[in-house]
Amino acid sequence: MSVFVNKDTKVIVQGITGSQGLFHTKQMLEYGTKIVGGVTPGKGGTEVEGVPVFDTVSEAVEKTGANASVIYVPPAFAADAIMEAVDAELELVVCITEGIPVLDMVKVKRYMEGKKTRLIGPNCPGIITPEECKIGIMPGYIHKKGHVGIVSRSGTLTYEAVHQLTQAGIGQSTAVGIGGDPVNGTNFIDVLKAFNEDEETYAVIMIGEIGGTAEEEAAEWVKANMTKPVVGFIGGQTAPPGKRMGHAGAIISGGKGTAAEKIKKMNECGIKVAETPAVIGETLISVLKERGLYEKCKTH
Amino acid sequence: MNIHEYQGKEILRSYGVSVPNGRVAFTVEEAVEAAKELGSNVCVVKAQIHAGGRGKAGGVKVAKSLEEVRTYASELLGKKLVTHQTGPEGKEVKRLLIEEGCDIKKEYYIGLVVDRATSRVVLMGSEEGGTEIEEVAAKTPEKIFKEYIDPAVGLQAFQARRMAFNINIPKELVNQAVKFMMGLYQVFVDKDCSIAEINPLVVTGDGKVMALDAKLNFDSNALYRHKELLEYRDLDEEDPKEIEASKYDLNYISLDGNIGCMVNGAGLAMATMDIIKYYGGEPANFLDVGGGATTEKVTEAFKIILSDPKVKGIFVNIFGGIMKCDVIATGIVEATKQVGLNLPLVVRLEGTNVELGKKILEESGLNITAAESMADGAQKIVSLVS
Repeated sequence: MSVFVNKDTKVIVQGITGSQGLFHTKQMLEYGTKIVGGVTPGKGGTEVEGVPVFDTVSEAVEKTGANASVIYVPPAFAADAIMEAVDAELELVVCITEGIPVLDMVKVKRYMEGKKTRLIGPNCPGIITPEECKIGIMPGYIHKKGHVGIVSRSGTLTYEAVHQLTQAGIGQSTAVGIGGDPVNGTNFIDVLKAFNEDEETYAVIMIGEIGGTAEEEAAEWVKANMTKPVVGFIGGQTAPPGKRMGHAGAIISGGKGTAAEKIKKMNECGIKVAETPAVIGETLISVLKERGLYEKCKTH
Repeated sequence: MNIHEYQGKEILRSYGVSVPNGRVAFTVEEAVEAAKELGSNVCVVKAQIHAGGRGKAGGVKVAKSLEEVRTYASELLGKKLVTHQTGPEGKEVKRLLIEEGCDIKKEYYIGLVVDRATSRVVLMGSEEGGTEIEEVAAKTPEKIFKEYIDPAVGLQAFQARRMAFNINIPKELVNQAVKFMMGLYQVFVDKDCSIAEINPLVVTGDGKVMALDAKLNFDSNALYRHKELLEYRDLDEEDPKEIEASKYDLNYISLDGNIGCMVNGAGLAMATMDIIKYYGGEPANFLDVGGGATTEKVTEAFKIILSDPKVKGIFVNIFGGIMKCDVIATGIVEATKQVGLNLPLVVRLEGTNVELGKKILEESGLNITAAESMADGAQKIVSLVS
């Protein structure tokens, strides 16, 4: 088991003929992801990497039976691409695109109300269930199948955490990058809920960063509902206020969204927070040992 | 992107949002001329810098004659204004807004921002104008009112009306206040604002509702569809290193420490600053070279880091995912050859082709300290610069 994606997930790639789309389509196919089609308006009827290309998402879904899509289109067209995928009633849409105007995302979120689609991202590395399905841009080979779930606002910090786990012989159930934008689809709580219900996930790592209060809300949720141990890390403890640290959502504004507040809240809610990014793996392992889960999580 | 108050007021005026008459001045003579043109008995001379707290710092003066306008303008132009938002070094005043004085009866607060939790634009208002909204929120949260706006239909009149009544705008001026808020919302969505804050909104003795101050920030991701806003950019207000970095699509933010950092990925870049601090050092910058770093980008990044005289050493922290470590290593070697490097350089490489990357660095003959992990690298650079 895993969350949101598995070996049966059938994926279409929106923007498959662009340089990013093409490169990552190859990478995903190599990893073993079932890429069943692609969409580029005007290129319908052609084929790339042995994958059929369609003009519209609805046609691609109808012809291939896809239940998920991944979006690699430029920021100016990304909101439209997400809505097209939602309209086609896909279960899951993963939007990799960075730089979508925030008011476009406000409209997208409104459009999605009452619809069945789950959106992951935008501005995220994607989602991976190791050895089954990789949707996104993460380096597949650092992952290992196992029992630790990861949810993160940052791409490279996720790789860092995954790498530390794999090196220590701890595999992952699913790693979800929820993205660094202020308005996004799936949030921490959505993923934590899914991990809590997933039988194969025994513990969770949650990686946040400065800006907003999503980590605080997630920590409250963990305290009230989570039956599995959660370990955390927050990036940006030394970030100055009022400056956007790379990610559109990573900004301390009006004294709100500091790392210190988030860490304090997480500690209060029983989430052990790693002191540095170098010890995320160690911190998790120490908690697994305390809870008697280490042997179960160790991949032999 | 930030703009000046007078520019924000220009935009508001063009949307029929009421602001006092005013003119921008770059010199003392222009200031006096502007005051003459306004023909008002009382003029306000306002320093234009991209920072709040100007009033308390002495950047806003009330002049009762042209002579006083001259005096205040000469005093303010060229002055380094230090407010709680500028840092101790302050910001030099190069522009003034000369504005008609008005008879203020009462000050209010009106602001629009994107609320992350609800994914909606929210209109906020308070009777406690003139003080910072964060302060009001901390001390008297019950005095802040909010209206969440459905993007499908926009701000509705009933919401603006409810806000006006909630914050106790005099009954006879409620319609004016509603028109003001509706106009402000239109500006917010048309121009892709990230913040539109009117603090204070004032009610005047002659029965007007207007914006005495205006702070508009724009979503930089949306600037591609607002070429008209780019003209408002004031490069004097930005760090030259940050301007240079933006030309090469590098995310760079200048900080106060002495350890230059070069990292791929925003999250890892922030975490790298954190771990330097954890081991007792101080980062000189935030720098994310992005996922597709080329030799050229790495070279430019090095140049920018080295142009900061505070920098005493550099820490490169790369987790090569799709980006291969050997490519990064070649970039570092090329860059150091081109730029010439006399400072300690610690490199931590991890990920795809890491062994090959390490070999390239070793064989380069350059004075590079290799780090085994992020923690090892941070400790090494901290000890090398201290």
